[in-house]
Amino acid sequence: MTEIVVIARLVPDLVEELEIATSGTALDLAWLRLIINEFDNHAIEQAIILKERSGATVTIISPEAEGVEDMLFTTAAKGADKLIKLTGVGEEKPTNLSMAQTLAEIIKEINPDLVLTGVQAHDDFTGDLAPQLADLLDMPYVGYISGISLGDGKATAYKEYPGGILAEMEIALPAVLGIQSSEEPPRYVAISKVRQMMNTASIEDRDAGVLETDSGVVIDRMYLPEVADRAEMLEGDEEEVASKLIAILQDLGLL
Amino acid sequence: MTQDIFLLIEHIQGQVSDISYIMAAAARELAQNEGDSVIGILFGSGAEGLKDSLAVDKVIYCDHPTLSEFTSDAYKRTLISLLEDYSPRAILFGNTTLGADVSSSLAAHLKFPIINSCLKISDSGGIISQICGGKIMVDSQLADKTTLITVNPGGYKPEEGQSSSSPETITFSPPDLENLKVQLTQYIEPEAGDVDISQEKILIAIGRGIQTEDNIELADELAELLGGAVCASRPVIDQGWLSTSRLVGRSGKKVKPDLYLCLGISGATEHIEAITDSKTIIAVNSDPDAPIFDIAQYGIEVDLFDFIDPLLEQIENAKND
Ligand SMILES: Cc1cc2nc3c(=O)[nH]c(=O)nc-3n(C[C@H](O)[C@H](O)[C@H](O)COP(=O)(O)OP(=O)(O)OC[C@H]3O[C@@H](n4cnc5c(N)ncnc54)[C@H](O)[C@@H]3O)c2cc1C
Ligand SMILES: Nc1ncnc2c1ncn2[C@@H]1O[C@H](COP(=O)(O)O)[C@@H](O)[C@H]1O
Repeated sequence: MTEIVVIARLVPDLVEELEIATSGTALDLAWLRLIINEFDNHAIEQAIILKERSGATVTIISPEAEGVEDMLFTTAAKGADKLIKLTGVGEEKPTNLSMAQTLAEIIKEINPDLVLTGVQAHDDFTGDLAPQLADLLDMPYVGYISGISLGDGKATAYKEYPGGILAEMEIALPAVLGIQSSEEPPRYVAISKVRQMMNTASIEDRDAGVLETDSGVVIDRMYLPEVADRAEMLEGDEEEVASKLIAILQDLGLL
Repeated sequence: MTQDIFLLIEHIQGQVSDISYIMAAAARELAQNEGDSVIGILFGSGAEGLKDSLAVDKVIYCDHPTLSEFTSDAYKRTLISLLEDYSPRAILFGNTTLGADVSSSLAAHLKFPIINSCLKISDSGGIISQICGGKIMVDSQLADKTTLITVNPGGYKPEEGQSSSSPETITFSPPDLENLKVQLTQYIEPEAGDVDISQEKILIAIGRGIQTEDNIELADELAELLGGAVCASRPVIDQGWLSTSRLVGRSGKKVKPDLYLCLGISGATEHIEAITDSKTIIAVNSDPDAPIFDIAQYGIEVDLFDFIDPLLEQIENAKND
């Protein structure tokens, strides 16, 4: 049976206001709303699609964070078979290399054919997790993937290039693939099904061990962007703003 | 360790990518403060000529049939071999579909520190990065050993990294490139036939704020009235609501319309780096802090669903006058 491991991470929701910690060199995680990394969500979907197509056991591994259990049970409701939570991660964001080292040890025990995760996470500063994981597992890595089919000892994957060009890549298994987009949009599951999973599925806790937070790169400062020229905001109610916009379009000769 | 700044030259199907010039510009800034030469790394097959327009001092060129087009495995192996002979201060990679496939993996392999998403080099030679879709900036310093850096487009113009004088070549012999685990089998070009958004003068761009497939009709109506086309950010395309040919951004197309009117797009870096050549950007977004307002000329902070109807109506009236 094909074994697929998916790494799913929670990341700050960018719709909310972000704040900097008093240290001035990290995000203030205390008040942040976390959501699943969008591209990890696509990786989960892609794993479930592969399972539905030709059978597979899908294991989801997630570093602990506020809401991680809900997220894991949601993936079970979608069809994931095993759920693993990495505990002892701590407040300060570990380096991706250190996270990859911890994950690699667990993944080696599972001995998967395929490891999928989002191609990037928007809060990453110390490299990308997926290619680091690939190196530590001594597996090939290809990222920006938007479609996979599994064959005998190999995967055929479609890698996105700018401008809508796809590169068809043949990758020897086992491999790590960085997912940009699943073949179908991530599915929704009814909350009742997630609740049912909370009663029936179990989450295995694994201790993360010692995680390194120092990558060797000194961060002087984290801050919100200072903007030189912000947009001229059109003020008024919807009707007024619409007529101002039309005046601008006429000025520009576009109407 | 020398003080040289290296950069991995990216090319696809015989074309040097803009990010290579952008990296050359960034590397120049870094070298001014940190060190000696700016050196391009070029892998290819009969591709030495690709170095000619780049503003670098030297190019280390490695020629091998397997390196004619990018694959992560062959590039990584060749880079590991090359870094047995060279020990630069920093190596720049594009934060792109090519660069990001090898930079982090190489960093893990060689235990080199890596800095993501560099936008600019500061006057004092620091690295200014942009994370969280552009909502957070990070100032950092190179580590005390060879540091890898991934570079976002947007901080420098490609012209700043171009030069008419051809750099000197140092050839490098390829390592064993047998038994690779990644093979490129073919490029698949996008289906032709749809409008080419990179050529449109008026673009109505929709983002996740459009909420449902049915609402796309509103954007269609607007585009029709203004004589333009509809394009979109990644989430809209990923839902399958519009074809990939309408995607604007890092993995989509670069556009340069007279008017880029965006509805419900937050302005993540991966999106806006492809719209900066637009003449006028007008953004409609209900979030006053949306980064799109930092690059638009005009901003409209409203719920787009309250706004579109009056707008459509007034445009019709204006056209009838
Ligand atoms: C490797 C990589 C490559 C990528 N390539 C691309 C790319 O090519 N193109 C691309 O676009 N993205 C790309 N992305 C994704 C990018 O990071 C962002 O996730 C994406 O651009 C966000 O799209 P959005 O602005 O539509 O959605 P969101 O960021 O979710 O923003 C939606 C916005 O709509 C506003 N809104 C919501 N409801 C309303 C309403 N009723 N009225 C008005 N406003 C409303 C919200 O305030 C918000 O600002 C890439 C990401 C990665 C990691
Ligand atoms: N499509 C999804 N797949 C996996 N987890 C999700 C998904 N959507 C939301 N979640 C997570 O499930 C939890 C509840 O989400 P919500 O129902 O949106 O409040 C949060 O931790 C989310 O990050």
